[in-house]
Amino acid sequence: MEELITTQKLNPHIDPVLHIWGWEVPVYLFLGGLAAGLLLLGAISVLRGEDGRPTAQRLLAAVTPLLALGMGALFLDLEHKVNVFRFYTAFVVTAPMSWGSWILLVAVPVNLLLVAATARSVWPGSMAGLEQRVPALGRLASFSEPRTRVLAWSSVVLAVAVGIYTGILLSAYGARPFWNTAILGPIFLVSGVSAAAGAIQLVSRSQGERRWFERLDVGLLVVEIVLIGLMLVTMLSGPLQTRQAATLVLGGPLTVAFWVLVLAIGLLLPLALETWQLRGARLPAFLAPLLVIAGSLIFRFFIVEAGQMTGWIAY
Amino acid sequence: MVIDTKLCIGCADCVVACKTENEVPEGYCRDWIAEATSGTFPDLSLEYRSERCNHCDSPPCVHACPTGASFVDEESNVTLVDPDLCTGCKSCIAACPYDARFVLPEGYVSKCTFCIHRVREGLDPACVSACPTRCMHFGDLNDPQSDVSRLLRTRSWKVIAPAAGTEPNVYYLT
Repeated sequence: MEELITTQKLNPHIDPVLHIWGWEVPVYLFLGGLAAGLLLLGAISVLRGEDGRPTAQRLLAAVTPLLALGMGALFLDLEHKVNVFRFYTAFVVTAPMSWGSWILLVAVPVNLLLVAATARSVWPGSMAGLEQRVPALGRLASFSEPRTRVLAWSSVVLAVAVGIYTGILLSAYGARPFWNTAILGPIFLVSGVSAAAGAIQLVSRSQGERRWFERLDVGLLVVEIVLIGLMLVTMLSGPLQTRQAATLVLGGPLTVAFWVLVLAIGLLLPLALETWQLRGARLPAFLAPLLVIAGSLIFRFFIVEAGQMTGWIAY
Repeated sequence: MVIDTKLCIGCADCVVACKTENEVPEGYCRDWIAEATSGTFPDLSLEYRSERCNHCDSPPCVHACPTGASFVDEESNVTLVDPDLCTGCKSCIAACPYDARFVLPEGYVSKCTFCIHRVREGLDPACVSACPTRCMHFGDLNDPQSDVSRLLRTRSWKVIAPAAGTEPNVYYLT
């Protein structure tokens, strides 16, 4: 091992510690994950023909606005905004960010068509009025309805792709040992679906529907905790760089942030509250789902920060 | 590029030459000096290294760039950035294990170009030309008769962070 001192190396946001991505990227990853979760749960609900759980299908309409907000956050992060269109003048097969740009471009119209396909059954009253004022909406619904199942299946595939992409985007960076594990993709997907289940619970007016998504969320939170545990195990059994990266949360500067904010407040507390509610406890209905959503956001802030604190050379 | 650590004294003339030649803004740098101390007191050794982008054969920055702005120049095998394609997404910066890239105030990413504009005219990069101890050598590694090829055949050498798997092209004679 060598100890390094550098002179003349003081590039802004690179030295002494990499900090190229601020709040915009975790917010983008969170909104992308939440949108992916809503698209997945909504599309599954459409495929299963569930009339008893309408909120999942209603919230399909929130997917595109959430994706747009997320992409807006990413746009704010770009340093050379005038070139933003360049994402769509190339497809770089080795670059996850390029995959993400194109997947999002496909996901938005598919989501909008699925919303059109389900609009008459989900909002019968409002849709009738809208169709009278904007006849094109009626034609769009009529065009989409016979294709509902194709659109729903496509949405499932695209939702999984977007959800996993938000994690793979980071895990593909071999230069950042804390990110460099493919399990980050499934973790971000599960976290996004969990946040979506939380959002549905917040919006739903049906006790039965809330209870169903509460049960789903308990399972998702358990899976997420297990996957995060496996991520740490993978890091600790890996090469020197990943073992050193793991020490960030095992006595290092992010120990409290990980164990208290991410694990205790973001995952274990909502898991305990939801389990308690399922066993009959009366708690404010918004509390657990709000914590789930906040936990999902905190997790992304934590991961984006942690990865930037790790590297191959201790400059 | 081949750099003889037995001759490098860490004077940073290479850094000044680079800043001057490439009009690098104040507060930024494309190359820098690393002082590496290894061993345990009192058995210590000190090594000076002039470091920069390694123009890797397997460049993760190029692989991670979503727009093709980071690319390998086919003629010279030098890794470059096209400002007209760069969005400033900083993906290449996250991908570089050498932290050799940065964003210019204009918004696009910059880094060492091996002074490609000089190399195309048959000159050495500015850092190599300015080095007062002649510790830096530049040439074609595909030419077995070049200085750099002969140095690598006759001296022991290393590269920085070889386990990162990027196949760097800046070699340090030890």
